Amino acid sequence: MSELYHVSASPHDRAGVRTTHIMQMVVVALLPAAAYGIFHFGYRAALHILITIAASVITEYLYEYFMHKPITVTDFSAVVTGLLLGMNLPVAAPLWIGALGAVFAILVVKQLFGGLGQNFMNPALAARCFLVISFAGYMTNFTTDTYTTATPLAMLKAGESVDTFSMITGNIPGAIGETSAIAILIGAAFLILMGVITIRIPITYLVTFLIFMGLFGKGGIGQGFDVHFLAAHLAGGGLMLGAWFMATDYVTSPITKAGQIIYGVLLGILTGIFRVFGSSAEGVSYAIIISNLLVPLIERITVPKPFGKGGERR
Amino acid sequence: MNRCVERLYNGIIKENPTFVLVLGMCPTLAVTTSAINGLGMGLSTTVVLVMSNMLISMLRNIIPDKVRIPAYIVVIASFVTIVDFLLEGFIPTLYDSLGLYIPLIVVNCIILGRAESYASKNPVLPSIFDGLGMGLGFSLALTVIGLVRELIGSGKVFGFALPQIFEPVTIFVLAPGAFFVLAALTALQNKIKAKKGDDSNSPCLAADCSGCGNHNCGGRLFTMTSGPETAGVKEDAAGKENGQKEKEGTING
Repeated sequence: MSELYHVSASPHDRAGVRTTHIMQMVVVALLPAAAYGIFHFGYRAALHILITIAASVITEYLYEYFMHKPITVTDFSAVVTGLLLGMNLPVAAPLWIGALGAVFAILVVKQLFGGLGQNFMNPALAARCFLVISFAGYMTNFTTDTYTTATPLAMLKAGESVDTFSMITGNIPGAIGETSAIAILIGAAFLILMGVITIRIPITYLVTFLIFMGLFGKGGIGQGFDVHFLAAHLAGGGLMLGAWFMATDYVTSPITKAGQIIYGVLLGILTGIFRVFGSSAEGVSYAIIISNLLVPLIERITVPKPFGKGGERR
Repeated sequence: MNRCVERLYNGIIKENPTFVLVLGMCPTLAVTTSAINGLGMGLSTTVVLVMSNMLISMLRNIIPDKVRIPAYIVVIASFVTIVDFLLEGFIPTLYDSLGLYIPLIVVNCIILGRAESYASKNPVLPSIFDGLGMGLGFSLALTVIGLVRELIGSGKVFGFALPQIFEPVTIFVLAPGAFFVLAALTALQNKIKAKKGDDSNSPCLAADCSGCGNHNCGGRLFTMTSGPETAGVKEDAAGKENGQKEKEGTING
């Protein structure tokens, strides 16, 4: 009863949604892609994912225990970080790499900056970049028993033809959770239906990226407007996973509507630049963490006007 | 002579230029890819620092106040040029690996900072030891950072490969690794110093408040504490405003 008389500052419109709830839904949404990755790459993929999740949760628990902070491992945010990181690893990488990446993600990127809500970039992606820079050999080796070819994106970059249909279903080499565009889209649709994410960031991101690739992707200007080429780029690499699950991270994306559109456009342009003009075939992770760093500035220029402010005075 | 020992301690531990004052970050972050590079950079800077502190302290009554910064830069640049040529002539391997960062010692803010805040208002001998302490503190910090980065990043210690018990984490010899190691070591030394107990009541030994590691003081000790040490310091502070008035007989050990 006493809650009825509770006086507090705005916002007064409250929902029963809690961090734990949202994080659990993200985990559920990631399951199709993770399950497809395990089905596709075998038990070793499951091992990778379990290790990254365990390392993330244990690191978070130990840090908070020794720093005498409230233990927040039950809010599932560390599980999401671990799961995303595990899905970003190539299956052939040694198992300890995921554990090291998870420790980096949680300890350096998340906890040292103040824990959930304070991290300045996406922990899973920052850890992925940390690992790619540190162990380039392991992290770009996508050959397994079944696949000995390069990833489709690398083949595209080299000017070879790729099988767009397998790229959409996921029957291609790549990181554990990123190969199947369909599985990722199922999870994304679930998140959108549950109201966890809006389509504003992913759609502006993907549309900008497609326009950029169409204009500059292939030889001369405008020659990239080719359905096969664009579909392959859309389904290839970490773009789908990044656009639907990482670019939409609440903490590291803008909260204003205009800001989210600017952020999506920026992501699309950066990803296009890295894919077309960069030295490696993939650029989603760098595009997202660089844009993460610009989020405070984007929010500063898109502060909404309060009702009644501005306009012409008569 | 006691004053000189205090200057050494101050430079190496209490006001370590890298971990406490956070000065000279450009060479700290750029050249510490290996312990030997860090040591070489640190010692080169030490030589320049000692010599420039000595000369500037000698000339402190001659240099007009209005043009003191250009005058200091000329002094520092001369010594850097000497060190540059000496290194090129006698240790060409180190010269090659440090590259551009040797000439850049000229604009290292530790050197200009010590000239401005210490050597320009203190006698020659303490100034030399101030330069030596700061230089050794800088060398120590750079060597330790270089050692950690080299060990983790390429699995070597002073260039000698260790048995391969772990996979080197390449990012530690790249630019981000410098920030990680610098931050971790700064946090570590703060933790160790904090363990020694709250030093908010220790006498104020700093030349001015800008370099003091004592955050609880807020300038209070600097103006309030009396004693032979701070009496000299106070006079320094006064001298800063009155230009040429101070000097002689402020502190003589």
